[in-house]
Amino acid sequence: MANAQYETTLILTPEKSDSEVSKLIKGYVKFLKTNGASIVHEETWGLRNLAYPIQKKSTGYYFTVEYEGPTELIASLELSLKRDESVLRFLTVKLDKFAIDYNDRKHKGLIGRDKAPAKAEKEKVVQPENVEEKS
Amino acid sequence: MSTPGNKSNDIKFLTSPKLGMQKKKYCRFKKAGIRYIDYKDPDFLLKFVNEQGKLLPRRLTGNSLKFQRKVATAVKRARHLALMPYVTDLLK
Repeated sequence: MANAQYETTLILTPEKSDSEVSKLIKGYVKFLKTNGASIVHEETWGLRNLAYPIQKKSTGYYFTVEYEGPTELIASLELSLKRDESVLRFLTVKLDKFAIDYNDRKHKGLIGRDKAPAKAEKEKVVQPENVEEKS
Repeated sequence: MSTPGNKSNDIKFLTSPKLGMQKKKYCRFKKAGIRYIDYKDPDFLLKFVNEQGKLLPRRLTGNSLKFQRKVATAVKRARHLALMPYVTDLLK
């Protein structure tokens, strides 16, 4: 079936050590690769405070991976995430063209800390698109 | 009363007549050209919720309908990932 770009964010239990967590993450990335996905970007946020307790835990390891792959892959990925007790939460989102563009700029460091170049870039990108819509 | 133009402009108000006038609201996403609202950025999404973590209505934020919907989904996703609280007090 058709390929699309997805983004999955996981929260892993804080009870595991750093090396165990990175091992788990590597396992999932490998799972994606073996099932026909190509990794676009991966990001480990590290240990973070949760806004509310999940399974009586107030912190968690966050990890985000962006990948392009077949639609069937998502179901099998989510099934294995559900079965894994060290995963507190996960969210998979299909990325539209604006999201892909945004993430692309984010990886280049144009969004976030230095907002000035980001804004300039944004204006450059947006204006030609607006013209197309009008015509 | 019916004196021509010049004098009518000389009226002095005790308070500025512009004081009561509301500033026109605008959609910040349209104005800034933002096309995608990132659910992984809770600091930004905090602008669109009140102290209890509830979504602010469009009449207060001035968002266009299109982007209000996107804000809503982004906030809901952030809540699911425990980046933002579902219910709280004194968020700000």
